[in-house]
Amino acid sequence: MMARLAGALVVSALVVGALVLAVSTSPSHAEQFAARLTQIAPGDYVRVGECAEATAQNLDGIANTGFVVGRTAVAVIDPGGSLADGRALRMALRALTPLPVRYVVMTHSHPDHVFGGAAFLPDHPVFVGHWRLPAALANRAAYDAGRLSAVLGQDAVGAPVPPTLLVHDTATLDLGGRVLDLQAHPAAHTNTDLTVLDRSTAVLWAGDLLFVGRVPSLDGDLPGWLRVLDRLAALPAARAVPGHGPASVPWPAGAAAERRYLAALLHDVRAGLATGTDITVVAANAGRSQRGGWALFDEYAGRNAIVAYKELQWE
Amino acid sequence: MGVIRLRVAVLAGIGALAAAGPLSAEESEASRAARWHEVAQAVFPGRTVQDGSGVIALDAPPRAMDAALVPVSITVQPSAKVKSLTLVVDDNPAPVAGRVHFGPLADPHLLRLRVRVDQYTLLHAVAEMQDGSLLGVGRFIKAAGGCSAPGTSDQAEALARIGRMKLRVQAAAAGSGAQTAELLISHPNANGMQMNPVTRLYTPARYVQTVRVSQGGQLVFSMDGDISLAQDPAITFAFHQEGSAAVDVEVDDSAKAVFRQSFPVGGPS
Repeated sequence: MMARLAGALVVSALVVGALVLAVSTSPSHAEQFAARLTQIAPGDYVRVGECAEATAQNLDGIANTGFVVGRTAVAVIDPGGSLADGRALRMALRALTPLPVRYVVMTHSHPDHVFGGAAFLPDHPVFVGHWRLPAALANRAAYDAGRLSAVLGQDAVGAPVPPTLLVHDTATLDLGGRVLDLQAHPAAHTNTDLTVLDRSTAVLWAGDLLFVGRVPSLDGDLPGWLRVLDRLAALPAARAVPGHGPASVPWPAGAAAERRYLAALLHDVRAGLATGTDITVVAANAGRSQRGGWALFDEYAGRNAIVAYKELQWE
Repeated sequence: MGVIRLRVAVLAGIGALAAAGPLSAEESEASRAARWHEVAQAVFPGRTVQDGSGVIALDAPPRAMDAALVPVSITVQPSAKVKSLTLVVDDNPAPVAGRVHFGPLADPHLLRLRVRVDQYTLLHAVAEMQDGSLLGVGRFIKAAGGCSAPGTSDQAEALARIGRMKLRVQAAAAGSGAQTAELLISHPNANGMQMNPVTRLYTPARYVQTVRVSQGGQLVFSMDGDISLAQDPAITFAFHQEGSAAVDVEVDDSAKAVFRQSFPVGGPS
């Protein structure tokens, strides 16, 4: 515990020093960024996203992002929610290691995870994603860019970089004596979910398959999500990095609250469909027994129920 | 032809509003009223839509949870003699979401549809009465992005399922003798407004144009649909079941595909 805390303080001091001198991101965002960067295991660095919707102040830095430092190279895992957010991540990384960024891995298609991609183009990394990610980005990037521009201003938004290394089932990345196991999943949180297991530290980068504290948002397949959680629970991981929540949680215990919410949502929507309950009533009630303990619950619970209903009505 | 002309007029209207810049609350209200006047004239040329408050009720969530699927419910006083109901999303690129013509087996006092909402807008429900008069009510709804936002399910799956239908008939409510039914039609109802930034092409529009529901050869209703209906159109309606003949559904889409299905129903209760 002490060692981890000391590590975090050193990280913060180094990164603030580097970032406040930089011109391409605002000092306030750089300072916030540094304060939110922690080393959760040797070489696994996580920037904890703000638990909020995107604003001009947080520059869409609302998801957990980070990187893994190997002996000869670095892999970024989720390049951030905007160009500005990605640049802050890149500078934080540069303050800690001179090693080249060989990979930028994207855990799924959502803007808060991928719009920082362009910030890493100067490093010429290989962009990595689920085999369905290119189509998903093509389908939604223009729409997401428009929405983000309205909040952040056009210059800060950036763009996702489509992956060229596509993962169909599993893949490994070698950072020099440090191997990352990548796994592409069937539709769950989205239909582009990809996880990263750092073998050397037993850290699972779960992306948005794991929400802790912030209510999960459903954009894929609800029963599928629960099946993928079963699969992930069997991995040899001791801790997991959630897409939203603290820097890391024990694994698989850290998924318990999410499982309870998703299971309740599934049960309630199926029950509503079985009894012919109107969609507005289902949307207002499904999953509400799990309301306690989740941030932004009321903002997402109704939409989650409608997304689940749309899918489950064909069962 | 009528639909095409209307879309042109509406797009021009959007351009004019955008050029004028942000509006104050009062200006917004005035512009919404002007917009409704313009849309009503296009949908019901040369006719007057009278205030239908007290006769028609229009229910929708004040703030949509999912702009791509906004449930809307229209109820009409049992004593009113209704020939057709039209649901309009004023500020959508194609404002008429659906127009339902009732047949002899219909109980025209309940209609629920699911629509897309592209921006903050008034919704209107207009009933055409048997005496030819038009009664309308409006409701403001906050929702945005329902037309251009990427869909949550992928198009390949939606197309694989195209034309599949479900009909759920619920027991008759005491008194009226009419039964409530929900018809669900698997169809992408693609509106042609989602652009692929790589190819710079829009996914072509393909949407449900007409839905015809009958029993034993007698019409319950026919509906003219359009791109403002949500993906997988769902229609809740009421009807007077005639014997135990099957309920027949026929759906035509804009790609000239025809989907038919017969649903056996139990004897009248």
